[in-house]
Amino acid sequence: MVLGKRGSAGPMARWLHVAVHVGVPLSLLVLIAQVVLGRLSFDPIRDVELRTGRTALNLLVLSLACTPLALVTGWRAIRDLRRPLGLYAALYAGLHFLAFAAWDYGLQFDLIWLDLRGNRFLQVGLPALVILVALAVTSPRPAIRRMGRLWKWLHRLAYAAGLLAALHFYWAVKVDRRVPLLYGAIVVLLLLLRLPPVVETVRELRERVSA
Amino acid sequence: MKRFAAAAAAAVGTGVLAACATPPTGTSEPATSTDTPVAAPTASGGAAPDTPTPSVGAEPTAPAWPTVSAETDELGDPLTADQAINSYNNFYEFTFSKEGVAQLAKDFQTHPWSIEVGGLVTNPRTLDLADLLAYSMQERIYRMRCVEAWSMVIPWIGFPLAKLLAEVEPTEEAQYVRFETLYDPEQMPNQRGGTFPFPYVEGLRLDEAMHDLTILAMGLYGKPLTPQTGAPIRLVVPWKYGFKSIKSIVKIDLVKEMPETTWSSVTPSEYGFYANVNPNVPHPRWSQATERRIGESGRRKTLLFNGYEDEVASLYEGMDLKVWF
Repeated sequence: MVLGKRGSAGPMARWLHVAVHVGVPLSLLVLIAQVVLGRLSFDPIRDVELRTGRTALNLLVLSLACTPLALVTGWRAIRDLRRPLGLYAALYAGLHFLAFAAWDYGLQFDLIWLDLRGNRFLQVGLPALVILVALAVTSPRPAIRRMGRLWKWLHRLAYAAGLLAALHFYWAVKVDRRVPLLYGAIVVLLLLLRLPPVVETVRELRERVSA
Repeated sequence: MKRFAAAAAAAVGTGVLAACATPPTGTSEPATSTDTPVAAPTASGGAAPDTPTPSVGAEPTAPAWPTVSAETDELGDPLTADQAINSYNNFYEFTFSKEGVAQLAKDFQTHPWSIEVGGLVTNPRTLDLADLLAYSMQERIYRMRCVEAWSMVIPWIGFPLAKLLAEVEPTEEAQYVRFETLYDPEQMPNQRGGTFPFPYVEGLRLDEAMHDLTILAMGLYGKPLTPQTGAPIRLVVPWKYGFKSIKSIVKIDLVKEMPETTWSSVTPSEYGFYANVNPNVPHPRWSQATERRIGESGRRKTLLFNGYEDEVASLYEGMDLKVWF
């Protein structure tokens, strides 16, 4: 069904899919090459933590933007990008965690535990990661069918993950916090665009414009 | 004090020692960390070896400081690579980006330079580069712990701030020392930004400033400081977070009241005046319990007073370090 819709969505939508499935793995390859070739700064651990975290957040925001974009533009095929973008966001969030736990902390869980107590951005970052992994695990089509309405509720948590991730970013930045604030504002805006009264208003507006 | 003294003795050994690991000398050496000169910096230009130290306006050439004399700090941890120390810098006057500082600061003019020392002193002085280079230089291998939870081990070359302060003779009234970085928006592009208050100001209590571990550094790894590391002269207070160790100093004032410092005025809830390295007092947004040593993977536990507890803990006797953070 979903596949059929995408198939009939025209070349533009197909190109977008190709762009996502080529672009994201490519960005990962570039990062791996930079690590292997020593092309990062003298604190490569921090660089990788920042890059993977930033990419995860970008992909999550793009995934969250699909439905509102479809609503505003009327181009419904764009909604099919929601799932791959979300899965890649979860992948990058997992890599972000791996860089943190394995490379930065060398899997010294006593030290991670020690820092967890004083570290506010860890405290909001971990639940965001848990949500993204839960969403990734329940994303195959059989799970959607089996879980029914529960699936829908669970996947609304993607917005909570977006807000938590933006807060995680905000608390981690030392001085200039305008960028994380911008991310937070975008997630809030996208969330607003999902509220039923807002959806109705936008749809009416769009129909009036196109009429 | 013992541990540090031993390390200092080791550190100021001959340059030959640089080739081997920790020197074999035991605890027998009763050396103190002071008064062990690293060889007087020689002067520039002229052929005669006894030309006086550089005059104002002339570019002082690299003083003949020996290369580094030990490969580790007194705890046995290796020195951070010279290139890392010179490429990974927090120097907001140039940019907020640590990797961007070196490039933006490369043409920074550090001569002529002078430091005005005044305030509550009997003998106010203005010292130019030649005056500063005339102090007897020592090598000090110190850990540098950034408030952002990363750290380095740096072989500084400098002299105790106490020597300079003794010369200007603080009056009875003086309780604190206030330091100021150069304000020159033409040369320091981020001073034009308006997002951060400049000039940068730091401060110490007078007894902290007089402590033997507190130095004014003019070099590292046997070479003069580069602009990105705070040329031509900077403070180094190894038991405090790195931001206390103010760079490119132009003004030192003895004052009566605790000075308003840059970070504690930008976000008073996050940065205090003391800023002693303390794993038990987290920054409001992140833990200070561990740190990442640049060049290593896997973290290490942060030490109280950055490992200089024996030397400095007595300065804070009776103080609640959670209140005076």
